[in-house]
Amino acid sequence: MHIPDGFLSAPVAVATGVVAVAAIAVAVKQTNKKMGEKQVPMMGVLAAFIFAAQMLNFPVAGGTSGHFIGAALAAILLGPWATVLILSSVLVVQSLVFQDGGLLALGANITNMGLIAGFSSYYIYKGLDALSKHNKAGTLVGAGIGAWFGVVLASLACAAELSISGTSPWAIAVPAMGGVHILIGVGEGLITVAVLSLIMATRADLLKLQVA
Amino acid sequence: MKSKWWIIGLSIALLLAVISPIASKFPDGLDRFAEDNNFVDKASEPAFMVVPDYSFPGIDNEATATIVAGLLGTLLLFGFVFGLASMLKSKHEA
Repeated sequence: MHIPDGFLSAPVAVATGVVAVAAIAVAVKQTNKKMGEKQVPMMGVLAAFIFAAQMLNFPVAGGTSGHFIGAALAAILLGPWATVLILSSVLVVQSLVFQDGGLLALGANITNMGLIAGFSSYYIYKGLDALSKHNKAGTLVGAGIGAWFGVVLASLACAAELSISGTSPWAIAVPAMGGVHILIGVGEGLITVAVLSLIMATRADLLKLQVA
Repeated sequence: MKSKWWIIGLSIALLLAVISPIASKFPDGLDRFAEDNNFVDKASEPAFMVVPDYSFPGIDNEATATIVAGLLGTLLLFGFVFGLASMLKSKHEA
């Protein structure tokens, strides 16, 4: 879902750029208070894992592929503000070093895949986890559903940016982007649940590192 | 096993980079949408290229070039975000 340069109008690129810069500034303030001995390597490992996992496109219907975003996983493990920092770092490196996602589109990509995917999946997960009284199955189901919503909502934000930019009409962009990401989101949910299950089974203490 | 948990986590990430050549080559959701609606050509060429398309330049074997690019990015992100988090940690401890 990495938007290249050329798809967004200048106003959309600037507006999302302002949102992304503001979000990163708040994230720095929010995360520094609780950043501790165990959170530092978790931040690094999550960034590394998300970058590598994003390379592994999996096929979905009709000659299309999707890939893991990782915002839900990061948000569940470290909180949504830490997620903004992790996803922003991944997206900056992808754009600068690997020419994946445009430089001028960085603000939009950070807004969609960091901010929107991170916060939406986090609060959906939180709500479902609380409803299930924090039992293990409920936590995992909440994580999977939260991750699915994160991807779908990020894709709708992307569709909105493309349509406001005049690149594709609203009536085409929303069903097309939403439709395919309903499928890609299932992959996101499954990967998120698999990683959380592994951590629960081996090092459950690592589930309690939320910084912000 | 007494290995630190994060060394295991980083190893898993590096392992994913090593298997990255098996990734689907189909366009992703956004690329596919752009192709189907004839605006994929609006994408502008990047102003500069470092490791374009996750393929390390100068390596003829495509899978090897992808693996090297993947390992580079994985280590780069581990180092960068580990450093960033360390700075945030020391900020409140100072």
